[in-house]
Amino acid sequence: MQDEMTTVAKGSVAVATGNVVIDAAVDLRKRPRIREALIQGFLFLCGALSILTTVGIVFELGKESLSFFSQQLWEDTNKQLVVAADVEMTTFEIVEGGKALQGGDIIRINDEVMRIVVLDGGLVTVERGLQGTRVVSHSAETDIFVSNKVSLTEFFTGTKWNPQIGQFGIWPLVTATLMTSAFAMIIALPLGLSVAIYLSEYASDRARGILKPILEILAGIPTVVYGYFALTLMTPLLRKVLGAETVQIYNTASAGIVIGILILPLVSSMSEDALRAVPRSLREAAYGLGATKLETAVKVVVPAALSGITAAFIVATSRAIGETMIVAVAAGAGPNLTFNPFQSAETMTGHIVRISGGDLSYDSIDYNSIFAIGLMLFFVTLSLNVISQRIVRRFREVYE
Amino acid sequence: MADQQVRTQGTASLPQGEGFQENFAARHRAGRVWYVVFQASTIIGIVVLTALLYNIVNGAFGLAAIQNEVNPETLAVEGVPLDKLDKQHLVDILQQNLSKGLLRRFESEQPFAERTREDVYDLVIERVVEPQVVHTWSLYDSLFRRSAVLAAAAEDYPDARIEFMSWIDPKFVTTPQSSDPEKAGVRTAILGSLWTIAITIVFAFPLGVGAAIYLEEYATDHWVNRIIQTNINNLAGVPSIIYGMLGLAIFVRALEPLSSGTLFGLTDPTTANGRTIFSAGLTLGLLILPLIIINGQEAIRAVPDSLRRASYGLGATKWQTVWHHVLPNALPGILTGTILAVSRAIGETAPLIVVGASTFITVDPSGPFSKFTTLPIQIYQWTARPQDEFRNIAAGAIIVLLALLLALNASAVLLRNRYSRRVRS
Amino acid sequence: MISLTNGQKRPFATLSSNGEYAIEVQELRVHYGDFMAIKDVNFRIERQKITAIIGPSGCGKSTMLRAFNRMNELVPTAWTEGEVLFQGQNIYAEWVDPVQVRRHIGMVFQKPNPFPKSIYENVAWGARINGFQGDMDALVERSLRQAALWDEVKDKLYQSGLSLSGGQQQRLCIARAIAVEPEIVLMDEPASALDPIATLKIEELMRQLAQDYTIIVVTHNMQQAARVSDRTAFLMMDEDRAGYLVEYGLTKEIFTNPQDKRTEDYITGRFG
Repeated sequence: MQDEMTTVAKGSVAVATGNVVIDAAVDLRKRPRIREALIQGFLFLCGALSILTTVGIVFELGKESLSFFSQQLWEDTNKQLVVAADVEMTTFEIVEGGKALQGGDIIRINDEVMRIVVLDGGLVTVERGLQGTRVVSHSAETDIFVSNKVSLTEFFTGTKWNPQIGQFGIWPLVTATLMTSAFAMIIALPLGLSVAIYLSEYASDRARGILKPILEILAGIPTVVYGYFALTLMTPLLRKVLGAETVQIYNTASAGIVIGILILPLVSSMSEDALRAVPRSLREAAYGLGATKLETAVKVVVPAALSGITAAFIVATSRAIGETMIVAVAAGAGPNLTFNPFQSAETMTGHIVRISGGDLSYDSIDYNSIFAIGLMLFFVTLSLNVISQRIVRRFREVYE
Repeated sequence: MADQQVRTQGTASLPQGEGFQENFAARHRAGRVWYVVFQASTIIGIVVLTALLYNIVNGAFGLAAIQNEVNPETLAVEGVPLDKLDKQHLVDILQQNLSKGLLRRFESEQPFAERTREDVYDLVIERVVEPQVVHTWSLYDSLFRRSAVLAAAAEDYPDARIEFMSWIDPKFVTTPQSSDPEKAGVRTAILGSLWTIAITIVFAFPLGVGAAIYLEEYATDHWVNRIIQTNINNLAGVPSIIYGMLGLAIFVRALEPLSSGTLFGLTDPTTANGRTIFSAGLTLGLLILPLIIINGQEAIRAVPDSLRRASYGLGATKWQTVWHHVLPNALPGILTGTILAVSRAIGETAPLIVVGASTFITVDPSGPFSKFTTLPIQIYQWTARPQDEFRNIAAGAIIVLLALLLALNASAVLLRNRYSRRVRS
Repeated sequence: MISLTNGQKRPFATLSSNGEYAIEVQELRVHYGDFMAIKDVNFRIERQKITAIIGPSGCGKSTMLRAFNRMNELVPTAWTEGEVLFQGQNIYAEWVDPVQVRRHIGMVFQKPNPFPKSIYENVAWGARINGFQGDMDALVERSLRQAALWDEVKDKLYQSGLSLSGGQQQRLCIARAIAVEPEIVLMDEPASALDPIATLKIEELMRQLAQDYTIIVVTHNMQQAARVSDRTAFLMMDEDRAGYLVEYGLTKEIFTNPQDKRTEDYITGRFG
């Protein structure tokens, strides 16, 4: 030891740090590691990119939706000026009939925008030159257009969706989405939970070894293939069983059932994870009291895993709502407000895909409208996912 | 049955205690019933998978009634049938039956003098005889109800010949898209898919793995990091069509100079807009990014801490530890997860339709700034057509897609197994 | 009919020669696949006494205990030879329903494992699935009193069973087990996960319970066995790691004057 120390002392280094001189054998100071810092910065940016994505989604969807709701559409009132109007006049005579106008309505004649102040029979008094338009004279028999904005109330309560003619009620799309999702849930939730119980409580290792890969395969099949399946097998099957008059070629029931099949593996694998997480000691306690396997599985294990199972259900619902290709292929084109699942109807997602698959010019009413629908879809699925995470966190069972 | 009696007799001698009603038989019965129910529900999964595969195979093979526009027998020259004519006679037939414009086009593509006799014969068949598929039957019908099919064909399509067609064959994979179902192939779509996925991987893999490394190795419990983590978890659950809309708004529209290639002077002359493979690839990249990150995190978390401690103990920096020790150890898991994410991306249809996949292109993509179509989109378009034959080729394309995915997933499983074997040894 | 200390009357089916003994073990062998865990065990456990099973760790005490209520069968590779007679009937006979066996021969486990349900529900659940039609409130109170837990939980019956301390949870598990009115209660090292004070409470409880039930307790704590039990069985492992019964007799005798040298060695701490 003594020799070592001497040798070290011989090779010692005098290091100056500020006013302190350290007579040290090794240099232990921190040194700037630029490469490390750069790499760490790059990696942080990779992570932060995800935030950018979310911001991007909210921003773009929001921007176009805003545009959608504030866009001014001019609807032809089928009224015209009876007499020519010059730049001085503030009261015009207009034709009776056509679309009814009210005080406060914004109207447009040629390029000039005006606001109706007083409406008295065939005479209308206006405030002229609004929205930056120039006050000009207009000849007789010029068409009058009235401004038709999309109001939020109309959006959420209207029952017809036809942007081209100014109808913006989202209900036909929403009911179609609800119907397909309902069918999907009816299929997937009971079956998925049942499969999960079987796999976790009853199945031998060999059975599990066969069944789990099959479920994984089902989960990995692209949705467009499921769409083909819905159209070419499920629909003809439904038509044969229930009659070709009851079931149309495009219908929401067929699409809904196949969506259920699509999400079944999701429900079963998440539920199974939850069930397997229940410790063995609980099952032993139940058996020790003279419970049968069924009673143990259903009355002890499933309640103990309830938060995980609920989360699975919610996530699966969210997935069903967001499903696009199956409904695009099999449910039908064209919004249709109906509660008959055997008729064709278009869901929110199917509508977005159909509209954007065609010729779509930026800033047209169609373009903006799909973003409004998309925004709603985003919020619904996001809320469901957040709720499911909250449930898992808050009600996560403590077993010990 | 004797067993049953003995059983109840035996157990009846066990006291029940006050207040307890014997109910063992009922409970066991219930147990048996529900066991069957649970088992049956798993069988449904197998049944559905079989039905799906059966359905697809049923559509991809079968008898077809083929009718010729022009009867080849009428084209015989001096008693010599069409298939025995020499090249000069065949060229004559073409000149007699095709328009001038068409002849000029063929000549300019490749002069008749240079074409082989087989080429010219094919052209005659394609353009003059023009066989058309007028009806198809499913494989099941073709195999098990053959006589009924032949009878129906004789009645409805007397001029047609019945041939067994497999709509998927090697030619299918190498022929480009066409509006004619008999001639259409999936080559354009496959190349489109491959180009798109290449861009997706180049974009998403480094960023995803980088984010995963950051979150697992560098991130402290700061609120920013927690937000990033929650955010990624939420993004994984966003419907894929929303990603398509994001891609449309940002990559196609806002970044048009970049995505159309104008910035690099590489625009596709027929497009000159942002609906290119580049935009499609990036959109899919954003879609699978959360999956790669979450999976990467799990793989990195699984690396035993003792490895890191050994590295630090030798005086290595964090990045050196990560690069030389953690990453190599986590790599198989990361790769497996990436392969699975990629196979998910290959099957995605909705986001790419929104981004603007072309409805009809016959030219192979030449680079990242070309118009694009992908295999699932092709399937969608063919499925949506009313004619039966398009369903058949859709089924064929589905088989190609499933084969591709099977290969990918099989390699992921192999990788996983090799990895776990290595760790165990 | 026998009257229990709490005033309950219970029928006791047979008073045949096997009526004195709660359990008669004959040539018992327990296997896990190819591995024999318990070898050739023969003895008779008297009813309404506390019988302790002691021995070095890993010798198969738990396995043997679980053989008494067919809990071993939860492990797929387990199989048994020999006979375990309960009230004159071999519980391993072809026609016997293991579910019923476990109703009559209850179990308390090493680590307290109450259900994630309310205290009330924990106690009531077993009785309910076994078809109890009577006054559930009374049954729950009775069971909790017998488990010396009633006073501590009577005001919070609907709180979660997991909100109790470790010792209380174990007493809850005991209450749960006796609520289905078994004849025998098997206890697998019931106090090993508890602190000394809780342990003493459990031991006290065992003595009280022995007035109404037959208790068989596995313990690695010799002092506990000496304090609490009336009879003791000493198990050991042979070269093939199969457990076998070395000696069985009155606790007093085993601990002061063991017949077998191996027992003496274990008791005096020379190994184990």
